[in-house]
Amino acid sequence: MKKVFIGCGAGFAGDRFDAAFPVVETLKNCDGPRYLIYEVLAERTLAISQMVRRNNPAFGYSPYLDQYLEPIIDKVKANKIKIVTNMGAANTLEAARRVHAIAIEKGVFDLKVAIVDGDDLLSKYSLNFFHKQPIIEGLGIQGEEIVAANVYLGALPIVKALDLGVDIVLVGRTTDVALTLGPLMYEFQWAWDDWNKIAQGTLAGHLLECGGQVTGAYFSDPGFKDVPNLAKLGFPIAEICETGEVVITKPKNTGGLVNKATIIEQALYEIHNPKKYLTADVTLDITEVNIEEVGKNRMKISGAKGLPPPPTLKATISLNGGWLGEAEITYAGPNALARAEQAASIVSLRCKILGIKERVRVDIHGMNGVYDDDFGSQRQKVLWPKDGEYRVRAAVRSEFRYVAQSVSDEILSLYCSGPAAGGGVRQLITEQIRTASILIDRKRAMSNVQVLNI
Amino acid sequence: MNIKVPLHAVAHGRAGDKGNHSNISVIPYLPITYKYLLSQLTEEYLLDLFRYKGATRVKRYELPNFPALNFVLENVLGGGVNGSLNVDTHGKTLSFFLLGKVVLMVPKQCIPEGSPYLKSIGAFD
Repeated sequence: MKKVFIGCGAGFAGDRFDAAFPVVETLKNCDGPRYLIYEVLAERTLAISQMVRRNNPAFGYSPYLDQYLEPIIDKVKANKIKIVTNMGAANTLEAARRVHAIAIEKGVFDLKVAIVDGDDLLSKYSLNFFHKQPIIEGLGIQGEEIVAANVYLGALPIVKALDLGVDIVLVGRTTDVALTLGPLMYEFQWAWDDWNKIAQGTLAGHLLECGGQVTGAYFSDPGFKDVPNLAKLGFPIAEICETGEVVITKPKNTGGLVNKATIIEQALYEIHNPKKYLTADVTLDITEVNIEEVGKNRMKISGAKGLPPPPTLKATISLNGGWLGEAEITYAGPNALARAEQAASIVSLRCKILGIKERVRVDIHGMNGVYDDDFGSQRQKVLWPKDGEYRVRAAVRSEFRYVAQSVSDEILSLYCSGPAAGGGVRQLITEQIRTASILIDRKRAMSNVQVLNI
Repeated sequence: MNIKVPLHAVAHGRAGDKGNHSNISVIPYLPITYKYLLSQLTEEYLLDLFRYKGATRVKRYELPNFPALNFVLENVLGGGVNGSLNVDTHGKTLSFFLLGKVVLMVPKQCIPEGSPYLKSIGAFD
């Protein structure tokens, strides 16, 4: 029976650049069509790419494209491994040109690259159009400047691209699972209403899309859930049968592990209703999924159920989000907690004296730093060691940069105006992008596919 | 006879974010634990735990096949990546908050072999 092999080279823009190497080495010996996917496009990443492109029309694709593709592009071409990735971001055309340039540098002169466009709605519709669509996530967008609007395309344009016989498909915004489902729909020619097979392909995509999160990364809890050799973590490979059956595994001689627990943690990651996970191509039900060990680091997954997808597609609207100002300082040694608490109250008081209207959060790391609320209500609920190391952090969000700077500077000034022996101040002022999700009629999202030969 | 243990002794989980909402999976190490999770990890219990962080509603989804529970905690992220002042804007650390805060009454057999908790049984009574 025909089998398709899909490996993951990156599950987010910060993933290791060498993670794909063992995946490529494994794929090249697989008996069947082989693919490598890279998922590197978070909601904000795409909005930032749009802004970069507006400032310079030659950029706006993934800034990591070179680092991911340069080391492997000759190997994947030589071994007929096709790449499907959203590294096209906001500028698929320039991404394709760059891929060609990299290929030529590596002695590959016959690379065929397809690009998928149509996810960018901002170039097609008026502000008025966006303001009329129902918001399903995030705050209102009325009256605000929109910096990016991208719809999540499904697997169909990726299939159309593969139909053109290309080596690489560069997309912008599609569903993350489409990077996997597209190759499967192309290879198996499953009908677009064969819901249970599409569901299995979608589940395979969901398990692959976060890279090592299904092979033991983001999982290890020493003594309770031990994972070997995360420094050499093996990224996942899915083996998919024509019947839709999926085996998740990883390259030999790599770190990490694949077992029932790693599969379940990733299966539920960012899922709300497990009976109704909405994607562009199917409504996925994972409540009857079976997970079975079929070998060392080999888990067989079956039983995903599918129903038709909703008539709408999700789109992300990105807006100007003002500024985030943060800073931190450490107090250590005898009586460190008292000095940290004193520093925290000084900063709160200083922000009042300066007349800062925005909410300022001051937390103490080493003491409920992430678990506390913005008001420090949990601070006294546990008896913390008086001595030790504590890091005081202040944070504010404001539409004005100077407010973000002022709050951050109140941590800095603790050097010479605060308690004894504060050290290691770090300050960070960052421009923010706010997002909201809307639903649009799927007829409104027209994708187009084109091939670029060298 | 049941003993008192933190959830961390018998289950694991992962948190994911969507806007201002968090989902946290709770996966028992051993299938026999699932029924105790079902009866003791109620939506009300979790809402009480997370209310101080702004949670307005908790929805529990059951996956007896895995087995696992999936909790959706609405409005618990202080604005999430869009608006949170917490250093952990995604609420990625919340899974271990849940594992550490929840206390369960379970038979000793629910603790997996080799667990460090087996050495400290009774310490939580």
